[in-house]
Amino acid sequence: MTRGRLLALAGPGLALALWLGLGLAGLRLALPPAEGAAVDAAVRPLVSTHGALVLGWWATGAALGAWVGARLLAGWAGAAARMTDATRTMIGAGSAPDIIPDGAAPMRALAVAINGLAGRRRELNATIAQQVSVASARVAQQRDQLAALMAELRQSVVVCNLEGRILLYNDRAAALSRGMSRAPGASRGAELIGLGRSIHGLIDTGQITHALDTIERRLTGGESSASARFVTATAAGNLLRVVLAPVRSGAADGADDGAGALGGYVLLLDDITLEQEEQSRRDRLLLDLTEASRASIASVQAALDMLDYPDLEPTERDGFHKIVRDEVAAMANRLDRLAGEAAADSRARWPLQEMRGADLLAAAARRIEAETGRPAATEPDEADIWLNVDGFALIQALAFLAGRLAPATVRLRLAPAGGRAHLDVAWHGGETDVDGPRRWQSEPMGPGAALTVRDVVERHGGELWLEQDRAGGRPFFRFLLPLAEAEEPRERPESRPEYYDFDLFAASAESRALDDRPLAALACTVFDTETTGLDPAGGDEIIQIGALRVLNGKLLSGEAFDTLVDPRRDVPEAGTAIHGVTQAMVRGQPTIAEVLPAFHTFASDTVLVGHNVAFDLRFFALKEATTGVRFDQPLLDTLLLASLAWPNEGSHGLEVIAGRLGVVVAGRHTALGDARATAEVFLGLLPLLREHGIETFGQAREASRKSYYASLRY
Amino acid sequence: MTKVLIADDEPNIVVSLEFMMKREGYEVVVARDGTAALAAIRGERPDLVLLDAMMPGMTGFDVCAAVRADAELRGTTILMLTAKGRETDVARGVGVGADAYVTKPFSTRDLVRQVREMLG
Repeated sequence: MTRGRLLALAGPGLALALWLGLGLAGLRLALPPAEGAAVDAAVRPLVSTHGALVLGWWATGAALGAWVGARLLAGWAGAAARMTDATRTMIGAGSAPDIIPDGAAPMRALAVAINGLAGRRRELNATIAQQVSVASARVAQQRDQLAALMAELRQSVVVCNLEGRILLYNDRAAALSRGMSRAPGASRGAELIGLGRSIHGLIDTGQITHALDTIERRLTGGESSASARFVTATAAGNLLRVVLAPVRSGAADGADDGAGALGGYVLLLDDITLEQEEQSRRDRLLLDLTEASRASIASVQAALDMLDYPDLEPTERDGFHKIVRDEVAAMANRLDRLAGEAAADSRARWPLQEMRGADLLAAAARRIEAETGRPAATEPDEADIWLNVDGFALIQALAFLAGRLAPATVRLRLAPAGGRAHLDVAWHGGETDVDGPRRWQSEPMGPGAALTVRDVVERHGGELWLEQDRAGGRPFFRFLLPLAEAEEPRERPESRPEYYDFDLFAASAESRALDDRPLAALACTVFDTETTGLDPAGGDEIIQIGALRVLNGKLLSGEAFDTLVDPRRDVPEAGTAIHGVTQAMVRGQPTIAEVLPAFHTFASDTVLVGHNVAFDLRFFALKEATTGVRFDQPLLDTLLLASLAWPNEGSHGLEVIAGRLGVVVAGRHTALGDARATAEVFLGLLPLLREHGIETFGQAREASRKSYYASLRY
Repeated sequence: MTKVLIADDEPNIVVSLEFMMKREGYEVVVARDGTAALAAIRGERPDLVLLDAMMPGMTGFDVCAAVRADAELRGTTILMLTAKGRETDVARGVGVGADAYVTKPFSTRDLVRQVREMLG
């Protein structure tokens, strides 16, 4: 029985007794002594005879008080306490059940009112949750659309945050960086453009700052939108034309910031090195021609002026005539040479575009029908050919031929022919003689237009001839045209490579020390090496390095470093059985002196992660003198991290912990395969480490240092 | 007798210029390249030089600059006669100290008049 309940039950009786006692005692003390003694004398005998009656009366009163106290306690105080508890539960957990109405009627009404309030809150929460999920679905969809759009763009696009970290780039940008990279192996370019990498590896910091300042100035000057253009030279000597457009956070970021704060920028990149060379070569040609012509014409004119003198000796006259003839011949030669070069040049520069063959035929047929009034037939293109053509000029040429062939009807067909395509123009009725058609090839296609069908063909670097149909003996035109270049052969990873990570917009990497950074927010290079043996000091060498990047807790399978290394020594057979790398495979591959600097650049600005990383680093350290690069990046070792996650397990081999985490290791014992497994293991370990209170890089490093395995030395 | 130096590496123009200058009554000296031109200016002390800009060895610009830098030769009248016709070339010719800059091709009559004026 609680103290409150005891008080409620006994309290009224005790209070009544006290009240009566005090009343009687007060009455007795108020009487004069004589009368008091008389009262005492009168009452005392009554105590023994009628005392029980008084006691009984009090007991009845006390019982009545106890009953009332109990009712009040249950109906009000008890109900209030229960409702308080239930309401507190509701505050904490939105899903808590309703309060059961209890106690006195007003208390029950209060419970119903509180339940109503809780119900309204649940509805609101549900609405908010629904809106949030709709909004995030929309955002995700927009991201996917953006990523898909970027992938299709013909221009190199890179999006950076204000620090210059790359948030997004497209395929073209990756190809551009491949073209500019000096790193060996198939992973070229990944050290220049990759998620989370700094764009300043490619473009000077100062130039970007200057461009942003310019934009800022123009925007404050009242322009509604601004972008900056500049040309920059890269370390590899390429000229890049850059268009920089600012990314502003929109109204969503807060209505108080009307203009929108600068959140990052978009870069459009063009490699104009070749274009520039071409341009300056053309300028050079033009200048040379001008100056040589001036000199020749000066000689001719001077000689002609001399010929005007009437009193010339015949030998003098002959001499001046010879000068005129010589110079005119020299000028003609010069022009021929230049025309030849310019033609080759213009062929190379003619803007050819990729076009689906079927689309070309359909467009040509429409144009022919519009111009000749007769339908042109097209044969379906079964090979789905893509051509590299100047569509406009080619359609013009086809329409011109069809016009000449009228009233015959024209039939167009397209077929692959080796590395090129045949576009045939056959006709029915009309001309069967080939002399006319042969002439048309070299006729100007319109009044005032100097262009001939043959010119159009030559622009394509193609050919055109009249061929005889074997079966019917009828002639037809056959165009030989270039195919669109096949997409650059590229290993398509099974999963789509990650080209964007918008989380970087939020992360301000530089502002926080690495130690305070959560493990899941690190930029890591997870790597592995294969070696000829286990003893670097005894002459064993690295034969393969594979690495992947992990950024913000995501494995970027599209940005890999994977290269074989020529160890300049023999590869023992015993090792080949494990890693599958043979002597023949490594011969002629880049040497460690080329590969390590490239890998160092790839891993710059990241945390190095490996399984038993000390082993690999010992190889790197021994090469420090020859390669000149020092791997002083922060380190994490999955072997040590595993020993922290499972302190009571004995073995922490990569295969064992991969099995424990359910990671499937594909390509085990190739450097890249093992790097991938290590990366998956690393990501799998993160939640386990969190349970052990290890969340930040600093905590992981400190715990690793103290771990048993860290005391082992290699 | 007034002496004129013709410095040009193209024989076809030299023939005409030489013929013309002789008919005008000047004594003519010919140099085939820049180094020879400078040597001839020192040795022959011509009153006027018809100087081509593009010559093997020293260019006409170099010769002109060398003449203006030499206290003894400084007074030599120089007419640059050249196929380099861009504005920047003209500016350079005047900059290094040519008294006149004529772009090829030119009218011989105008040239003769100009030479006469410069010598007069």
